[in-house]
Amino acid sequence: MKAKIYISYKEGILDPQGKTVSHALDAIGIKKIKSVRMGKYIEMEFNGISKDKASEITDESCRKLLANPNTETYSFEIVEE
Amino acid sequence: MHFAVIVFPGSNCDHDAYHVFRHILDVPVDFVWHRETDLKKYDAIIIPGGFSYGDYLRTGAIARFSPVMESIIKEAHAGKPVFGICNGFQILIESGLLPGALIINQDVRFLSQDVTLEVDSTDSIYTRSLQKGRKLTMPIAHKQGNFIANDDTLKMLEVEDRIAFRYSKGKNGNPNGSINRIAGILNKKRNVLGMMPHPERAVETLLGSDDGIDIFKSMIGVA
Repeated sequence: MKAKIYISYKEGILDPQGKTVSHALDAIGIKKIKSVRMGKYIEMEFNGISKDKASEITDESCRKLLANPNTETYSFEIVEE
Repeated sequence: MHFAVIVFPGSNCDHDAYHVFRHILDVPVDFVWHRETDLKKYDAIIIPGGFSYGDYLRTGAIARFSPVMESIIKEAHAGKPVFGICNGFQILIESGLLPGALIINQDVRFLSQDVTLEVDSTDSIYTRSLQKGRKLTMPIAHKQGNFIANDDTLKMLEVEDRIAFRYSKGKNGNPNGSINRIAGILNKKRNVLGMMPHPERAVETLLGSDDGIDIFKSMIGVA
């Protein structure tokens, strides 16, 4: 079982990296992109626990360490392989 | 006044801080490894700059869970001076001792250069010997030093006179894009200071500036 975790900046938090990438895409001729936001993608693997337990552990990990509640939001999905 | 300089894996301004106390000011100072859990014998705690845990995940995010942090938080709540410089400031924010956040510089680059600061609040052990508005020159060396905070937090910091230092306007001013030109802030009790610029690297004219020494002199009450 695996957790796929997505962390992104909250609305309204400046994302200079996303802005720079957006400008670069524009400069190489890729148009029609309204905005680019950059974030983090994290995978965690589990052994021998239920999907609910995996979800609980993932949420606690996000709250306590993986995301900064001041600037970031997170979402995740638990997938069985 | 006995100082502790906390050392994390990846700290790299710990020796600069130690040098200030041991050799420039001649006051007692010890390096304290991040696994220590008792800081009772120290009168003030310095969290130095560097790249604790390689800046992995977010700057300061992993150091914040080092064993020593629990005692630092306890001592800070008890009123002991806790001074975080650069990565130390990032760790203090991650630990919740200071509000706001430090995000990537507006130009998305690591900045290593001199800046000019202005003393704002003089109501703290760190700035009590300095004059409001006094200009100080010292280096910055960081990529995540762009201070942000929500409107309520910002208003609170301004109204409660908790902005110790601001980047000056104009040349050498605010290179990282911090909101309200904020370079250093105090906690509510005014015993915890975090700042991005490096006063410990500006303590001898040989190093280009000795403006930083007055902050440390102010701490020990000799300025």
